[in-house]
Amino acid sequence: MLDLYTRRRIFNALSLGISVLAMLFGLFWLGWILWTLLEHGLPGLGAHVFTQTTPAPGSSGGLINAIFGSVMMTSVAVLIGTPIGILAGTYLAEFGQRGWLAPLTRFINDILLSAPSIVIGLFVYEVYVVKVGHFAGWGGALALSIIVIPVVIRTTENMLRLIPNSLREAAAAIGAPQWKIITFVTLRAARAGILTGILLAIARISGETAPLLFTSLNNQFWSSDMNQPMANLPVVIFQFAMSPYEDWHSLAWAGALLITLSVLTLNIVARVMFRQKSNSQ
Amino acid sequence: MTAEQIISAPKLIVRDLNFYYGADRALKDINLVIPEKMVTAFIGPSGCGKSTLLRTFNRMYELYPKQRAEGEILLDGQNLLDKKQDLNNLRAKIGMVFQKPTPFPMSIYDNIAFGVKLYENLSKHDMDERIEWALKKAALWTEVKDKLKQSGTGLSGGQQQRLCIARAIAVKPQVLLLDEPTSALDPISTAHIEKLIDELKKDFTIVIVTHNMQQAARVSDFTAYMYLGDLIEFGDTSTVFTNPKRKETEDYITGRFG
Repeated sequence: MLDLYTRRRIFNALSLGISVLAMLFGLFWLGWILWTLLEHGLPGLGAHVFTQTTPAPGSSGGLINAIFGSVMMTSVAVLIGTPIGILAGTYLAEFGQRGWLAPLTRFINDILLSAPSIVIGLFVYEVYVVKVGHFAGWGGALALSIIVIPVVIRTTENMLRLIPNSLREAAAAIGAPQWKIITFVTLRAARAGILTGILLAIARISGETAPLLFTSLNNQFWSSDMNQPMANLPVVIFQFAMSPYEDWHSLAWAGALLITLSVLTLNIVARVMFRQKSNSQ
Repeated sequence: MTAEQIISAPKLIVRDLNFYYGADRALKDINLVIPEKMVTAFIGPSGCGKSTLLRTFNRMYELYPKQRAEGEILLDGQNLLDKKQDLNNLRAKIGMVFQKPTPFPMSIYDNIAFGVKLYENLSKHDMDERIEWALKKAALWTEVKDKLKQSGTGLSGGQQQRLCIARAIAVKPQVLLLDEPTSALDPISTAHIEKLIDELKKDFTIVIVTHNMQQAARVSDFTAYMYLGDLIEFGDTSTVFTNPKRKETEDYITGRFG
């Protein structure tokens, strides 16, 4: 019979070993995805990708119109979604202790948070695309903003709730009215966390395909008119990957690599920012 | 001789004060007089109601929907529990410092200017002077005068607490409420704050809640001993500590209880 201390050590080593294996298993797939992307994407990633528009079959081209379209629609979606999200999140965190409206809003927001993006695409198709009669960049931005809103609401509320009540009390004790407490003290204290939430929301929407298929569709040519169908990376990847042409495949890989790298960068930036904030407190 | 007779200049008069957390009665018919420009300490075991009592003086409880107070608290003769009493105005007269240091997420300068700006429209020069005055009063000026633009959250715990005191007195209140102001601090910072309290009572009426009986004995002129929501004994500190009238007070102070 082993003594208690030895048994604990063995058990500890075993649990640690299993945890490390589980972690490696998860990381392995992520590594494989990244490797495949780099392997297929890097060769296709030349200057032409950033200078030429998407090609017709047989001719050469790049992705500049799709990159531009994605950036446009993502920016508009964030510009629409962020103020609404921050205001609603602030309401839930700062005023949501009493009454029935806040719990109901929180519940609906949770549903929206996990709503399949294709449903959101269909919804915008029905209420916007059908009404105006054609696909358009505005529709894409609208669909994406509906995905942004619940993410920002959730992170804003969570980050504000992390602010200790003693800080609110301190501001109230000096006689500050509630709007000043919220704008100058609590929102400020939660700033880094809220910004992180916005970055994560951008990461979330930058790969969304389904909501764009029904709304902005695609555009083979350069267009900066948000009232017209607009090219974007996810839909271009979808269409080009399905095509029989070799050069289209390589562009699709390049686009996939671009999205992945930008999401990765955003995530890293968000994490670094959040860490700096935690350290300074 | 009763406490009321000793106190010639009352600043706050508490009359038949009851306090409720929902259905729980946390303060029971409290009657008390807080003398002007003196230090009054509330002592008692955890949950006795001393912090609750302190938080009625600036109606802090109004942040929470289920808490309410009944009775009267007179500040210079005016009932501050009266709903007609403007809350922000009241809190300009009664400042508060909390157990944990609570610097706002802004510069040292702005931490103090934040409160002042709520009530006064000072020129840049006057504001600078006010901030220097408050920081000197709080014995923090020499340590921070070269870094006023730096974040208040970057200071040490003891410095943060003195910043909070500076922030509270910058508004020029009449009463200063201190809710266990040193319980999160090391002994040296505690000594700093206690020395400061001694200085501040020249200008302000101070009410301090403390768990530390030695602290109450060191800094206060009057002491109130509370237990389970009742005010058991109130009197000048030396009497309460050396010759308490009530057996419960003696048991608590001598460490036989609590």
